[in-house]
Amino acid sequence: MSEVRYTDQHEWIRLDGEEATVGITKYAAESLGDVVFVELPASGKTVAAGGEAAVVESVKAASDIYAPVGGMVTGANSVLEKEPSKVNEDPEGAGWFFKMKLSDKAEFAKLMDATAYGKFVESL
Amino acid sequence: MRYLPLTPDDRRAMLAKIGASDVDALFRDVPKPALAPLSVFNLPDTQGEMEVERALSKLAAKNVAAGAAPFFCGAGAYKHHVPSSVDHLIQRSEFLTSYTPYQPEIAQGTLQYLFEFQTQVALLTGMEVANASLYDGSTATAEAVLMAQRITKRGKAILSGGLHPHYAETVETVAGLFGPMTRSPVTPGSAEDIIALIDDETACVVVQSPDVFGLIRNLKPIADAAHAKGALLIAVVTEVVSLGLLEPPGAQGADIVAAEGQSIGNGLNFGGPYVGLFATREKFLRQMPGRLCGETVDAEGRRGYVLTLSTREQHIRREKATSNICTNSGLCTLAFTIHLSLLGEEGLTRLARINHAKASALADKLAALRGVDVVTPAFFNEFTVKLPKPAAPVVEALAAKGVIAGVPASRLLPHDKGVANLLILAATETNTDDDFAALTKALQEIL
Amino acid sequence: MSMNNQGRPSGAGEAFPASIATISGDRGLDHEEQLIFELGHGATGVDLADVKVSDARLGGMRRKGEVGLPGLSEPEVVRHYVRLSRMNYAIDSGLYPLGSCTMKHNPRLNEKMARLPGFGDLHPLAPQSTTQGALELISQLMNWLTTLTGMPAVAMSPKAGAHGELCGLLAIRAAIAARGENRKRILVPESAHGTNPATAAFAGFTVDEVPAKPNGHVDAEALKAKLGPDVAAIMLTNPNTCGLFEGEIIDIAKAVHDAGAYFYCDGANFNAIAGKVRPGDLGIDAMHINLHKTFSTPHGGGGPGAGPVVLSERLAAYAPIPLLVADGKGLRLIEDMSAAPDGTKPFGRMCAFHGQMGMFVRALTYMLSHGRDGVRQASEDAVLSANYILASLKDVMSAPFGDGPCMHEALFDDSFLEGTGVTTLDFAKAMIDEGYHPMTMYFPLVVHGAMLIEPTESESKASLDRFIHVLHTLATEARAKQTERFAGAPHLAPRRRLDETAAARKPVLRWKPEALKAAAE
Repeated sequence: MSEVRYTDQHEWIRLDGEEATVGITKYAAESLGDVVFVELPASGKTVAAGGEAAVVESVKAASDIYAPVGGMVTGANSVLEKEPSKVNEDPEGAGWFFKMKLSDKAEFAKLMDATAYGKFVESL
Repeated sequence: MRYLPLTPDDRRAMLAKIGASDVDALFRDVPKPALAPLSVFNLPDTQGEMEVERALSKLAAKNVAAGAAPFFCGAGAYKHHVPSSVDHLIQRSEFLTSYTPYQPEIAQGTLQYLFEFQTQVALLTGMEVANASLYDGSTATAEAVLMAQRITKRGKAILSGGLHPHYAETVETVAGLFGPMTRSPVTPGSAEDIIALIDDETACVVVQSPDVFGLIRNLKPIADAAHAKGALLIAVVTEVVSLGLLEPPGAQGADIVAAEGQSIGNGLNFGGPYVGLFATREKFLRQMPGRLCGETVDAEGRRGYVLTLSTREQHIRREKATSNICTNSGLCTLAFTIHLSLLGEEGLTRLARINHAKASALADKLAALRGVDVVTPAFFNEFTVKLPKPAAPVVEALAAKGVIAGVPASRLLPHDKGVANLLILAATETNTDDDFAALTKALQEIL
Repeated sequence: MSMNNQGRPSGAGEAFPASIATISGDRGLDHEEQLIFELGHGATGVDLADVKVSDARLGGMRRKGEVGLPGLSEPEVVRHYVRLSRMNYAIDSGLYPLGSCTMKHNPRLNEKMARLPGFGDLHPLAPQSTTQGALELISQLMNWLTTLTGMPAVAMSPKAGAHGELCGLLAIRAAIAARGENRKRILVPESAHGTNPATAAFAGFTVDEVPAKPNGHVDAEALKAKLGPDVAAIMLTNPNTCGLFEGEIIDIAKAVHDAGAYFYCDGANFNAIAGKVRPGDLGIDAMHINLHKTFSTPHGGGGPGAGPVVLSERLAAYAPIPLLVADGKGLRLIEDMSAAPDGTKPFGRMCAFHGQMGMFVRALTYMLSHGRDGVRQASEDAVLSANYILASLKDVMSAPFGDGPCMHEALFDDSFLEGTGVTTLDFAKAMIDEGYHPMTMYFPLVVHGAMLIEPTESESKASLDRFIHVLHTLATEARAKQTERFAGAPHLAPRRRLDETAAARKPVLRWKPEALKAAAE
């Protein structure tokens, strides 16, 4: 059974058992505009919660993507290398960025759920 | 004042619209003690064109222009003949007085010539991709070292003893902040063993060819040795006309080429403005500093050009930019590309051969003089001779005789006793037999 | 109206429909132009002898293949570049309201002086006895720069403004090291130009942002609170990037110095105060001067620039080589760090040779032409013109800091476009159809959808009035949701909007010979 949580930096994280998948939300993808390039982390990289994990570039902006929780990167979405447009087309599905193993599940539980994130976006 | 269109009536009307009593009311945020009266500036008042021209012409007349005497200086800046069309074209209003092409719809002129320039630089250097120019060869070299440090995640750079000392100092000043800079030995006329210095901590090896003493270097073995240790080879070229006759760095395994483009299209200008050429492999594209011009289409499907991959640059990436660079060399870049367009394949290769032939002839004449040895066995249009006495005073004495005889090595390496008697001379298509005769005659009188 | 056989107008007639396609693809004086690589091979635009050279002295490195360049005659080359030029907007054609760029008139006398053989045909390493006039010119320019700024010293070698920023920060770094301290943090306002934090990182520092107050000024209290023993310097622009003079600057400078830090000032906006205010009187330690902004050296489609840096007593000793000194015999460049005069300790070298001499000649020509009174008048007119624009447009365009006067540039944001469906970008592109280059957009970052307008002193009142009229009308139409002009603008420029996404996703950065083969198929 997978669960999805959100951060105030507009990242989503979906936990399936021990492994999590991370990406950016529809709101973030829309704000960025056309994504032209994604810099993904290497497998094995250790990240802290709130630490820089990836960079997403549009024509006019470059945004850092932060790890929602601490852990180790286990893989990245290599499709984005050739088709960065996937991030705009399906940010919360096929446009995922990287997978990771969590070091502390409690960090995951502290993040916003779908309802809370929805309210957060409305307040912006 | 002739450049200021507003009249007193205009100013009155504008102040009235604003609702201010006088212009100083608009400076109300300036602390009163900081408002300086005119008298505090000890400077002359407005002058007409004629007076200004007179004053500047007087200063210009105190210098000996390269064209006014037999002239043999090189060492990073070279006198070539620039066709009249070049200077004429770069002074067209739409080139001279236009801004950086951030609004591509009304800057296709600039963008298209940048695209053509990038292509020319890639072809000349034998590399895959080039940027739209940096300030000059020395800062381009520094940027190349920083780029190699980023790519390899190592800090150490090995700078060849044949690298122009000004270039080496520039690299040390800027890249030395991020890793140790080592200089290999200075061995005029021969290639030093730089390969022995490459290790697992080396980010890059920086080799100039032809080097500051004029020696043509073989880069391939150095490239192979660098790659074996996970390091990059940065090739530096200060006389870009040499690429019309010599194997380009790209064909020898260079990873980055940093070059000075002044020789094509741009005059000596006492050291600037010049034009930095920068080229690399496609796989390093996103680490490249400077502007990039790319091809695309507009809303009606017509081919057009835009600045692209801007997210590497300072105005977007700010403290994470690949460089802090904002300007490129604009008009100097345009002059380069126009001159190269006029030369074309045939013109460039002929120009290069003429340069080598002139330098070769001069080397023979100087070698025939008693006490003078040509130190450089392989060269393009510049070589080094060893004199029987220190070269700097000889150059001064020759200048007093009306001959600008080249650059004494001691001017670039004042602490290296071994180079005190060395003189670096360049001969280009602009030198005549009369120049050679004047030089050899004057030299014989002094030696 | 139609014409009779003698070409005399006679009676009404039909207009040639603008939508009719021409046979050539060109339209009247608007010519399309291919790449030089597509135009021709095998001709040449220069006449050079065909000399054979042996391999004897080439070290085995003779070029094996062709370079791959095209070959065109002189007439073809001239036509190519003339046609390209006609696709460019330029100051000589029209007003450039680019905030923070200072697009003033580029006098042609400057070009003539730079081309005097005594300056243009002078080698940087020629014997110094033969270059005394050039050294004297540099000395005179240094005097103008130090006098106008009220600072004791100036480093001349930086090749552009950003290069000057680096020079200033490296001097600061050297000064701190000389005190035996280790300060790594630099404070930069959030409204700063991107070169400021980029340069700070380049010089090995970390960047700490200082917020702006709602009135557009830097938050001096927040700034002072961030000062500490690990702060090396602050970088402020004054007037700031919102076009406002930082009135608390003297106070800020004192706090910065009391905390043992240095004050770097970005001189991009010097055109507002040259000849009226001396930055040295405000307490700064270093400031680069963009000769291609304040002192009219041409922008040339993106360069070259020049960024000499004035330095305070605290920093003068660390100026990079080369140094210009006067001894009994004349002027001399010191190019060797160990030969630097007593009491100086240059931090290194910014670039080969001595700096942008070509731009020095142009700038000094400008200064001598204007004189101190002309420089002062230019600053006053620049400020007056910006305020005239602000006063004339703030009834229809939202000016976040429009209650008081601005300096040489007026800042608007996109609040007035809210709900109209027109963005700052659309507004700017519509200006292109009206014959104007857009103003600086989306900078500074402290307001939303920023539009920064700097007319400079070079515009006549008639020109300003025309510009105001167009912007006023555009703003009024946008607010009334008459979006026809804005949708898909520009329509009348040599190109419509270009696909920047495609250019970034699949970069094509050069012409390739394969394209020629593919085209032939």
